[in-house]
Amino acid sequence: MNLAPFRDPGIAAWLIAEIHAAQKHPWVLMETCGGQTHAILRLGLDQLLPRELELVHGPGCPVCVTPAGLIDQAIALAGCPGVLLATFADMMRVPGSAGTLFEARAAGAEVHMVYSALDALALARRMPKREVVFFAIGFETTAPGSALAVARARREGIRNFSLLMAHVLVPPAMRALLQSPDNRVQGYLAAGHACAILGWEPYEALAAEFGVPIVVTGFEAADLLRGILRLVQMLEAGEARVENAYERVVRREGNTRAQAQMDGVFEVCAREWRGIGLLPDSGLQLRPEWAAWDAQRKFGDLASPSAAASECISGEILQGLKKPPACPAWGGRCTPAHPLGAPMVSGEGACAAYYTYQYIPEEEGPARHALPEGLTR
Amino acid sequence: MSGDKIQLGHGSGGRMMAGLIHDLFKRRFGNPFLDPLDDGALLPGLAPGERLAFATDSFVVDPIFFPGGSIGDLAVNGTVNDLCMCGSRPLWLSAGFILEEGLELADLEGIVGDMAAAAARAGVQIVTGDTKVVERGQADRLFINTSGIGVIAHQVTLGSRHLRPGDRLIVSGTLGDHGIAVLSRRRDLGFTTPLLSDTAPLHELSALLLECCGEALHALRDPTRGGLAATCHEFAQGSGVEIRLEERALPVRREVAAACELLGLDPLYLANEGKLVAAVAGEAADRALQTLRDHPLGREAALIGEVHAGKTGIVAMRSFLGAWRMVDLPAGELLPRIC
Repeated sequence: MNLAPFRDPGIAAWLIAEIHAAQKHPWVLMETCGGQTHAILRLGLDQLLPRELELVHGPGCPVCVTPAGLIDQAIALAGCPGVLLATFADMMRVPGSAGTLFEARAAGAEVHMVYSALDALALARRMPKREVVFFAIGFETTAPGSALAVARARREGIRNFSLLMAHVLVPPAMRALLQSPDNRVQGYLAAGHACAILGWEPYEALAAEFGVPIVVTGFEAADLLRGILRLVQMLEAGEARVENAYERVVRREGNTRAQAQMDGVFEVCAREWRGIGLLPDSGLQLRPEWAAWDAQRKFGDLASPSAAASECISGEILQGLKKPPACPAWGGRCTPAHPLGAPMVSGEGACAAYYTYQYIPEEEGPARHALPEGLTR
Repeated sequence: MSGDKIQLGHGSGGRMMAGLIHDLFKRRFGNPFLDPLDDGALLPGLAPGERLAFATDSFVVDPIFFPGGSIGDLAVNGTVNDLCMCGSRPLWLSAGFILEEGLELADLEGIVGDMAAAAARAGVQIVTGDTKVVERGQADRLFINTSGIGVIAHQVTLGSRHLRPGDRLIVSGTLGDHGIAVLSRRRDLGFTTPLLSDTAPLHELSALLLECCGEALHALRDPTRGGLAATCHEFAQGSGVEIRLEERALPVRREVAAACELLGLDPLYLANEGKLVAAVAGEAADRALQTLRDHPLGREAALIGEVHAGKTGIVAMRSFLGAWRMVDLPAGELLPRIC
């Protein structure tokens, strides 16, 4: 795939000018995916958009929404003799109620970083005497990989492999945000990669029921700007449809093979979201016939839940109610080196995105939000 | 030489070690300072007004052979380049080897050959050395330490504390080639690239810059571990200045950009082993750039940024869209054992 056009400065500048031309009223837009949040801050798109267009950041950071109790469980498992915990690297530094996986590893727990569930399965294959537990986190994007790994484990008769299930689904979380009395978001950029799996039909019900436009959006400069432009155009026209601005990746019905893979292994369940609470039908768990590969059924609940006192306001951050710099701890007591909460740790967390990227040259402060050079309305 | 693998006896101080020293190290590195094989090398003194530069570096790269070079190339070029970045002409190196029992002798011979060739290319002599062998499992094949001495005959003092507002930053070529070349050969990453490591001695580039800029050259640094981002932070903190980079000006090979895309890496943070970053007074920047581009190792040199008084210790970058962002330091264990 040639991504050059999606990073072309000329195309981006044209889209920015179109947004400036289309926008007449103030609007609040949310990008649901943490990858989009990071791309927006890295590219500095917020500096180039009209001042009356506010971007708020959504719950789409899989590491951030994983409840502390599950991290505690992962740490407890990793400390069991003979058990090896395999995890995405992002999860290593996220604090549970009493520490991180990095700290657990330094203290002697067996924790391996992997790029995929299949890498974890390969570890199990290579070390038949060890119990390999994969910390299955993430949205629709990573869930098919977990399902595939378990299906392969069964086919190959690999019994020393299991999943610690933390998978979550995007549409139920969006529903929860829309139902909240505090919600002020008027249009949504839907997470392109999650839609690549489930398609966008689940969003049509949300758009109709709540009267909000939703645009399926990718991650490059032109992708994000097209998504924002379509949202602004629909809002100004009083329309509330679902549109796809990530055509090269997403189809209406999604990836039916991946869906079948997931349906065969997982079923929908209620799941706690860190900072947000228990959301019905928002998580995935292994179906009963796959219990042999379910770490929680295999090893039981090893961690006793404890409510850690923290000044982290990740719940408000993840629901787009507050922006990271509004948190009193942000950038001072809470930094990527000493995070108080997950959004400061993760490569998809909003607090880390602001900390890592936000910069305004002193002399250019007042001039931001102006049109890029050479463009006119 | 007996056997085809390193044994504990090769580090014992006895006959096996003498064989290794004579048949391999002395044969490949031989020069009048090394040949007496005494406990240390006797080196000539300085001319009046000359200063010394002294540097050391240890090499633990995994794998020991990678596209475009080996740990031997890195061990020589790494210390040579550290000496060059101090503004000195590198002259003499020491070489300390920690070998793991069971290391293939053929591998050691290949690496020592690479070191000899790299030393000849850089115009340095390996004048003293040491060999230790540790039990299997106590090291990973081999580790090398080199230290080096260079001579400074001019009066210019370079360093990360000498940047000034108005300076321009120049990089001598493409970013991240070494990092991606090494990563492509890591056991479990499962991707290959035709890309080669950029390992090379920078003595000619640094000498040319000093000659062309003189006092207008303020700092040189080779952006190895941590890449350009780490070097810029050292500059910004060392001199209490703000550095602003231009994303569109950064030279990055297409293969490196593609591999970064795949692995979620940023070329700003990848290691280089044959590139330098120069901070040059604004009025000398154009001729410094041209000087670099006239040399084969500097053909893709580029002006990449400016030094501002602004916010102390900050590194920022204007994205290709014209918006600003911070360039942060990498947080933790990014790519261990890259050099």
